[in-house]
Amino acid sequence: MKIVVDYDLCESNAICMEVAPDVFEVRDDDFLYLLTENPSEDQSESVLIAAERCPKQAIQVITE
Amino acid sequence: MSNRLSSVVVVGASLAGLQAAQTLRRSGFDGDLTLVGSEPHYPYDRPPLSKRFLAGTWDEAKLRLRGAVDPDEFQFNWKLGHKATGLDLEQRQVILGDDGQETLSYDGLVIATGARPRTIDGCELTGVHVLRTLDHARALRSDLEGQSRRVCVIGAGFIGAEVAATARELGHEVTMIEAAQSPLARVLDHETGMAIADLHRDHGVDVRLGVGVAKIEGGVAGGQDGDDNGGDTAQSGGVERVVLSDGSAIESDVVVVGIGVVPSTEWLARSGLTLDNGVVCDDTCMAAPGVVAAGDVARWPNSRFEGKLMRVEQWDNAVEQGGYVGGRLLAWSRDDAVEPYAPTPWFWSDQYDRKIQLAGFPSARAEVVHGSIPERRFVQLYAGERGELIGAMAWNRPRHAIKAKQLIARGANMSEAREELS
Ligand SMILES: Cc1cc2nc3c(=O)[nH]c(=O)nc-3n(C[C@H](O)[C@H](O)[C@H](O)COP(=O)(O)OP(=O)(O)OC[C@H]3O[C@@H](n4cnc5c(N)ncnc54)[C@H](O)[C@@H]3O)c2cc1C
Ligand code: SF4
Repeated sequence: MKIVVDYDLCESNAICMEVAPDVFEVRDDDFLYLLTENPSEDQSESVLIAAERCPKQAIQVITE
Repeated sequence: MSNRLSSVVVVGASLAGLQAAQTLRRSGFDGDLTLVGSEPHYPYDRPPLSKRFLAGTWDEAKLRLRGAVDPDEFQFNWKLGHKATGLDLEQRQVILGDDGQETLSYDGLVIATGARPRTIDGCELTGVHVLRTLDHARALRSDLEGQSRRVCVIGAGFIGAEVAATARELGHEVTMIEAAQSPLARVLDHETGMAIADLHRDHGVDVRLGVGVAKIEGGVAGGQDGDDNGGDTAQSGGVERVVLSDGSAIESDVVVVGIGVVPSTEWLARSGLTLDNGVVCDDTCMAAPGVVAAGDVARWPNSRFEGKLMRVEQWDNAVEQGGYVGGRLLAWSRDDAVEPYAPTPWFWSDQYDRKIQLAGFPSARAEVVHGSIPERRFVQLYAGERGELIGAMAWNRPRHAIKAKQLIARGANMSEAREELS
């Protein structure tokens, strides 16, 4: 699984961080940082939920 | 013991309904899954309708909800352009169409018919708009294209305020009328409401507060034009002005009525379900055995806020509740116990370059703990009666808003919240 964030769409509202804090982090500068682009097996469920919960539909999950 | 669940019907093919359907599939439900939607469109996202789509910077293709980009992905049966007109709980059937000839049988039913805009006399005039659907947005967008118009927005709720902001940014002359003493008086305290009024005034909107609308006036539609087919037919029946309760009038080319929504429950009127400002459910969003409701149409007691009955008209709730009720139906089929649905509401609104977010609920016990209201970059906390954090509003501080949402969810008190969010 690979995560791609469209930073043009992302508005840093940090919903993804609430759902999957070990993958998404919005820092003090109010920008979103990906802690990993290739989440592990046990992170994948929460990453999928984060992608659905993102109000800007900015998170794309690519599964092989 | 268990309940049969080999077919699910979702009525309302939008945010909450699609999320429920996707969640069912993701959780392994492989029975018949039908989505009924009265709009002809595949599910799309509504928030951009008052923002980037209305501004013309986004096209329609961008609006499609992720789970419907490939309509075949989840093997749903789509029944778009079909309206549910009745529900027979006994027979477990949804009735479609005005003649009631077609029925759909279900084992599990998701009610996700959302809400529709309130209207007033005059809404039938050309140039007068409401904004809820893509078709509404197309019509309004085309009226806001091109030359500068005089736009009058009735109601300074979130939709009205966003439309006012977008219309201003497109260069139109904008007046916004609000019957209450401050914008968003239903959700915000007076001071932050006034901050919204100031934000709009600084951008050149004529904001009129504490004044109601007496009537919307326009040319007489049809009739009088007789056989005059040439000339300005588009203008016949067109809006001319909005007359206010204080007797003044606002000459207008375009009027947008944003005075709130009512839950779409007409089709359930004779079903036997409890309807009271929405479909009333138990604390697990179940309205009858195997019948669940989610999104703008659902009203349920939220145990996180002392079991208060709520109906939430917000994007994030539609997604979360939609997902929850998908799981709820599966648990019902297996007779499993479930945790109640007890979310902390959260929403955002974009106006000009401000991102306004509210987690939980406002109260009179408000305290700015970060930034300041005049700077328009701040975090304001709201305390409950026992000194616990029940709400937080953030302007251009998204990270704080989410943090606050988490603090509310775990029952943090104010001093803890101050510490974390200052
Ligand atoms: C212009 C606009 C901007 C918004 N901006 C924001 C924002 O910035 N932030 C935020 O948090 N929220 C925002 N919202 C609110 C958010 O979009 C809603 O909370 C969300 O759409 C609710 O989803 P839903 O699925 O419950 O209902 P809806 O999206 O209303 O969908 C219900 C669907 O059911 C269909 N339906 C109704 N009756 C029937 C019937 N009898 N038979 C078949 N189908 C039926 C309707 O046609 C509709 O397609 C905005 C809403 C609008 C309109
Ligand atoms: S939820 Fe979406 S918009 Fe918000 S920070 Fe994450 S990726 Fe960005």
